[in-house]
Amino acid sequence: MTEAEVIELIDSSLAEEFELDRAEMTPEANLYEDLGLDSLDTVDMVIVLEGAFNFKIREEEAIRAIRTLDDIHRFVMGKIEQNS
Amino acid sequence: MSLNSVVVTGVGVISPLGNDFATLLAALLAGDSGVREVPELEKVGGLRCRLAATVNDINPKQIPRKFRRSMSNMSIYAYLASQQALAMAGYPDEQLSSGDLGVIIGSTLGSTTTSENFFRDYFRDYSLERMKTGTFFKLMGHSCAANVAQSFGITGRVLAPSAACATSCQAIGYAFEQVAAGKQQAILCGGADELHPLTVTTFDIMNAASTHFNSQPTITPRPFDSQRDGIICGEGSGILLLENRSSAEQRGATILAEVIGFATTSDTSSIASPDIGAMATCMQLALDDAGVTAADIDYVNAHATGTEQGDIAEAEAIAKLFGSTVPVSSLKGHLGHTMAASGSIELAGTIGMLQQQQLIATRNLEQVDERCAGVDHLQKNRRQPVKTILKNNFAMGGINATLIIRSEVND
Repeated sequence: MTEAEVIELIDSSLAEEFELDRAEMTPEANLYEDLGLDSLDTVDMVIVLEGAFNFKIREEEAIRAIRTLDDIHRFVMGKIEQNS
Repeated sequence: MSLNSVVVTGVGVISPLGNDFATLLAALLAGDSGVREVPELEKVGGLRCRLAATVNDINPKQIPRKFRRSMSNMSIYAYLASQQALAMAGYPDEQLSSGDLGVIIGSTLGSTTTSENFFRDYFRDYSLERMKTGTFFKLMGHSCAANVAQSFGITGRVLAPSAACATSCQAIGYAFEQVAAGKQQAILCGGADELHPLTVTTFDIMNAASTHFNSQPTITPRPFDSQRDGIICGEGSGILLLENRSSAEQRGATILAEVIGFATTSDTSSIASPDIGAMATCMQLALDDAGVTAADIDYVNAHATGTEQGDIAEAEAIAKLFGSTVPVSSLKGHLGHTMAASGSIELAGTIGMLQQQQLIATRNLEQVDERCAGVDHLQKNRRQPVKTILKNNFAMGGINATLIIRSEVND
């Protein structure tokens, strides 16, 4: 997958799950303050990403530091790179 | 202890015959049927009934996602009906979180659809890793009540009685008692259920589901009729706002009816089959609670689902108390059996009858079964003065419940 494809899969998966407006899903958008997610959504976000990319990330310490959409993009790309 | 007068100030309905009170009432008066063919039922091996009374044309997305994510269909129905009831009552937004308002809404089970989806996935590899956070909130027994309270910010008592087909009759009865006792100033109350093939199956395996009219959906169920062959399962939600009369009057609310009596009893003769004496006792206790006699009742809204045994027992119990002069009908011929919602949706129908001063006949009752005779069956709508109505719901598990309401109009 190219970087653009990874980002598109992340954004489309999250947009579908959380009914987000794609126009608001800029890389710098804060998941909580800008996109309105909360702690329950964060748990579901992990499940959605695990399903989309077929990896396990629930126990990853780095997840706790995620704040923006760009944080997710970089985290997922790092994970894919690590697994390849 | 002096008890408060308890009045109905709002009604909300999501039903097989329309998604608000006015639409439901118009459909009931017109004698419409909400029963349809449900192709999904054909996939269930051994299931003979292919019909159900389903909810159509609702828009769940009008509920903010943050609230909707913990809702299955039954909670969505309960939310939409609650929203209507609060709006009709003109209940002030600032009162929602005052602690004066409570919620008593029940369902037969938690969401069976959610349960099926969860276990379908779980049995793939016995993993919980794909279980989303909303799952439990849809499965829990108080899902409808909790979701309604959370969504509207209601901070008073939250209860979720569960007694199958008597659920919402009990919910309204318990709300009546709590408002009468001054424990809450107002309570949103009623029931909700969502259709799942297992609901239909439950009745079919007990030979209590209608199976002979699959190609003619609208002529079944047939309460009290000689050709009746069982229940048609339905879904929906009926929610009433019950209020202390003095606070309702103080804020200038329109009063739709007064709740004056309630009784609920356990029939221990059988977990499945009704007992005439136990039914009559429940109705008599409700009359006593209301401080009225059988002679004061202008109309009986029967539970009558269209089953062989239930209809006969109820007709005999009604005849025992009321003789052959009080008009009787069941709304299940129109609505099917909306399970935990049946008591409150049908009570909404009777409130409409009070408003219109017109009694609604039992749909599909063409030839009264002679074993159900002995009461004044309504086979055509009838215009007549109506002041006091008795409403029954009898449930599997031996749960009987009766409510009595009185008109504000016909004094």
